[in-house]
Formats: sequence, structure tokens, C-alpha cells
Amino acid sequence: MVQWLVDLLSWAALLGGALFLVGSGIGLLRFPDFYTRLHAAGLADTLGTALTLLGLGLQAGFTQPSVKLAMILIFIWLTSPTSTHALAKSALHSGLKPSSTPSSGGKSS
Amino acid sequence: MEHHHILRTITKLLIPIILLFALYVQFHGDFGPGGGFQAGVIFGSGIILYGIVFGLDKAMAVIPPSVLRVLAALGVLLYGGVGLTGIFLGGQFLDYSVLAAEPTKGQHLGILLIELGVGTTVAAIMILLFFAFAGFNREERG
Repeated sequence: MVQWLVDLLSWAALLGGALFLVGSGIGLLRFPDFYTRLHAAGLADTLGTALTLLGLGLQAGFTQPSVKLAMILIFIWLTSPTSTHALAKSALHSGLKPSSTPSSGGKSS
Repeated sequence: MEHHHILRTITKLLIPIILLFALYVQFHGDFGPGGGFQAGVIFGSGIILYGIVFGLDKAMAVIPPSVLRVLAALGVLLYGGVGLTGIFLGGQFLDYSVLAAEPTKGQHLGILLIELGVGTTVAAIMILLFFAFAGFNREERG
């Protein structure tokens, strides 16, 4: 019974993670400019990876591999937002303007 | 790079973890995935990250290129030395079994030393390559 529940939660987490990662990929392809693409890549990457690793950790149980998975998760949670921040900041500083701003009212390209 | 507070903070937090992970990969290489080359690259990338965020001068203050050249040569020397020790102890080149009283212990010691040599050389060469490429423009300008 417990194993069945753990399996169900694990599969839900894995499928949810896959959904977020696919969404991230679609956003990366379809969004109009650099900043929105960065948003899709960076934001969905954190949650997608987190859910995937959570699902794998549920499969592994309280063992050494799940501790390693938790460490990977913490590492990704630290590095992914930092790299996204660094990319956005350097793009803004080198003069890349967002394609549409709220003041110009949506579509400006 | 003066105002990148987030980048600096996260880098300071992560570099010890990266270096520790490199040592884990280095010395866990006999039991699991890992080994000298991977550990050397991870160790080198930790120092390279420091150099990218805090500047080339500070990274060169941490590990001067002169020390790195010596380390790169020392790693190869350790590798070749272990190999030749096998010959002198009556085995073949890189024959670990004769290094200790029991063949299994000798093999364990041999692979540990060999991987340490590989790791030292790879880390030193990786950092030296970064220094060479990052300092290229600086020397051009004079």
C-alpha cells in the first residue's frame, strides 16, 4: 500500500517535471526575445529539475543516492538562478533592450 | 565586476563545494565513477570560476603559474615514477602488483598514486590554459 502510494507520487513528480522541462523547451523556441527566453529557460529549469529529482529520490528511498540527489538539487537551485541573473544583467548592461515594455503597450516589434 | 554582488556571493559559497567534490571524485575513483582526469577538470574549473569572477590577478595570487608548471610536471613524474618502480621491483612497467606485499594492496596503492598524478597534471594544465588565454590580450597591449 505504502509502496503503491510512493510510486504514484514519484510518477506524478516525474511527469510534472517532464511537463515543466518540455514547457521550458517550447518557451525557449517560441518566445520573441532574449529576456523572455531566459525567463522560460531559467524559471522552468529550476522547478522541472526539482520535480524530476524529487521523483527519482522517491524511487530511491532513504538511501545514499537520494542524499546525492538532494545535493544536486541544492547545487542547481543555487547555480541556475545565478547564471540566469548574470546573463540578464550582462545583456542589459551591454545595451540589449527588451522587445516590448509595459509603457509602449504590448507589441512594439 | 565590482557590482556583481549575487555572482560574487554565490561563487564564494560554491568554490569550496566544487573543490571538495573534485577531491571526492579523485579519491572515490577506485570504487565508483570518477578518476584523476575528471577530478582534475573539476578542481581546475573551481579555480577558473574564481578567476572569471574575481579577476585574473587574484586567481594568479591563489596559484601562481610558476607553481602550476611545477605541479604539471610533478604529476607526470609521479605517473612515470610509479611505472618505473614496478620495473625496479621486478615487475613490468605500470605493474602495480609488486608495489606492496600483497598484489591486491599493491594494485590499490598503484592506481591511487597514478590517478593522483593524472589529477594533479590535469588540474594544473587546465588552470594554466585559462591563464594563458585570459592573459593573452593583456600581454598584447603591453
